[in-house]
Amino acid sequence: MEFSSLLVPGLLAVTAVYALGRKVDVYGALTAGAGEGLRITVRILPALVGLLAAVYMFRASGAMDWFARLLSPALNALGIPPETAALMLVRPVSGSGALAVGSDLIKTCGPDSYLGRVAAVMLGSTETTFYTIAVYFGAAGITRTRYTVPAALTADLAGFAAAAFSVRLFFGS
Amino acid sequence: MAMAWVWTLMVVLSLVFGICTGRTEAVGTAALQGAEAAVELCFSMAGVICLWTGVMEIMSRCGLTEKLARCFRPLLRRLLPRASGDTETLAAVSANLSANLLGLGNAATPLGIRAARRMARGTEGIASDELCRLVVLNTASIQLLPTTVAGVRAACGCASPFDILPAVWLSSVLSVTAGLLMARLLGRLWRT
Repeated sequence: MEFSSLLVPGLLAVTAVYALGRKVDVYGALTAGAGEGLRITVRILPALVGLLAAVYMFRASGAMDWFARLLSPALNALGIPPETAALMLVRPVSGSGALAVGSDLIKTCGPDSYLGRVAAVMLGSTETTFYTIAVYFGAAGITRTRYTVPAALTADLAGFAAAAFSVRLFFGS
Repeated sequence: MAMAWVWTLMVVLSLVFGICTGRTEAVGTAALQGAEAAVELCFSMAGVICLWTGVMEIMSRCGLTEKLARCFRPLLRRLLPRASGDTETLAAVSANLSANLLGLGNAATPLGIRAARRMARGTEGIASDELCRLVVLNTASIQLLPTTVAGVRAACGCASPFDILPAVWLSSVLSVTAGLLMARLLGRLWRT
């Protein structure tokens, strides 16, 4: 029995029992939260339509291969598969764009392939860096952000390399 | 606005490359296929996303978020010593962290902003070292259950969409650590 096979049913049961013990309307909370999830899905649909159209065009034209080949020496040095180059370029700029590029990789390579897993881990372990920086500093009235952008991009790059490394570590390649 | 440039550039480059490689017809069909695939993907991952946002809602209603937040305080006192002197900032930052961990992005952002505004007071628009650290912490994902990604994997026919969790956690930790180390290093070099 694997840890991950217990995760889904275990988490559902433990959460429900704990919450019921604290007199929370478990089912009401579940459906309210699920409604929020539906709103999230609907909100990303228009962006996904626009972006997946562009990603498919980009791939069909051969531009994606060209860019991957251009970046591959640098990426190979970091142990990152060059097929994920487009995902890495979009990830800090747009959350829905990264979701479009990443889900395309997961779909074409298969969710249980090395590349599919690396794309999934990259999506799961990084954030939309520039959006976050803009929101936080905008709200706080900061105009001189000093070294925040280079430090945050270092975190992204480390996350990408770590994604390729950790998938190799846990699943082999 | 950045995305307007990215999108236009992608479409124009596709056209140029398509003409060069003689695949203009394939590029045209691909655009329509992409739009169709987007709708399919959204529908097939909606169930997984809804289920998990539902579970997260239960977690936050039974006080799990606050409990997590309390666990973070010792760590935050070391990471942001000056800001932690102010109890309200400390409360906002720790709630921001625990909402991020649970993947409650909509709850995390206002909390983080509240903390950032308090930390920015009297700095005349220049980010302090601690504020830079808080933002770096928020630009790195520390989500325990990446539900959207799990939804995509499930939509692609994956039997156990959460089997990547250990790999996600490891790379999140490595990414946050690298960001904070870089911030510390640059903070020494980059005097205001």
